[in-house]
Amino acid sequence: MEMQSLEFAQLVFDLALIQCFLTTFPSLHFGMRMLRAQLARCTVPMATRACASRDSAGSAAGGPVEAAIRAKLEQALSPEVLELRNESGGHAVPAGSETHFRVAVVSSRFEGMSPLQRHRLVHAALSEELAGPVHALAIQAKTPAQWRENPQLDTSPPCLGGSKKTRGTS
Amino acid sequence: MSASLSRAAAALLRWGRGAVGGGGGGGLPGVGVRAASSGGQAEQLDALVKKDKVVVFLKGTPEQPQCGFSNAVVQILRLHGVRDYAAYNVLDDPELRQGIKDYSNWPTIPQVYLNGEFVGGCDILLQMHQNGDLVEELKKLGIRSALIDEKNQDSK
Repeated sequence: MEMQSLEFAQLVFDLALIQCFLTTFPSLHFGMRMLRAQLARCTVPMATRACASRDSAGSAAGGPVEAAIRAKLEQALSPEVLELRNESGGHAVPAGSETHFRVAVVSSRFEGMSPLQRHRLVHAALSEELAGPVHALAIQAKTPAQWRENPQLDTSPPCLGGSKKTRGTS
Repeated sequence: MSASLSRAAAALLRWGRGAVGGGGGGGLPGVGVRAASSGGQAEQLDALVKKDKVVVFLKGTPEQPQCGFSNAVVQILRLHGVRDYAAYNVLDDPELRQGIKDYSNWPTIPQVYLNGEFVGGCDILLQMHQNGDLVEELKKLGIRSALIDEKNQDSK
């Protein structure tokens, strides 16, 4: 069974939490052994989080940037469908970052607009985030009819290291 | 390819053309983009994107892309057999990296320009590749996409 990265993160968190209690609650030691065994069975490497499309709508694990992106796009575009994925885990940034996102926005407002116009509309809604923490934003901007043909949040190409590969600054 | 060769290739590309046929209109004066004031920089970038039919701003070089999205642009152009294009590595030049975003009012890299006009980033280029628009746009520039020939071969 392949574990989703969210569950993996949750496991790591659980493990850390249990470790805190180890000295005062020895019975939890058994719980930790069970968790370790589950982790050992985990087959999803953290570096390649670009696996099957997973709608993170309403996910409690989403951070503040993700929440802001969602709220702003909903307000600006009243989308029929909004799928957002934090892809930072697949890039050369610290764990827990909110720097790389992929979003699929489906809105009838896009009717008659060129791809460039649609993307610019999305950028405009997220100008603060893009000027701030968000370093990369992959956009799928479709009309409802286009979305029905292929209702899927794609995966991004693998990271090639970015500026970390050079000697310079980020 | 050794690292120094890659850097040399990148520098050549940044000068506007690595054309083997030599002397393609020379490059920008090396100081140009870097030292310019913001007003002057816009003009220089304008000249830069109009100098060649296909101009891309990447992280890394076509030989060694340093970003998955930039690599996607490189691969799409390669698929279409577009070999003669100007590629500028924004990682080599922080002023260029910010300047080109200001110029196009587009917050990310890669950026693709066809015939001096901003076309979009990786997502849009991929879309154009998938729906056939890229073949058409290249045709308007007098570039025959390699995929046309492939398609003809398949249907024979």
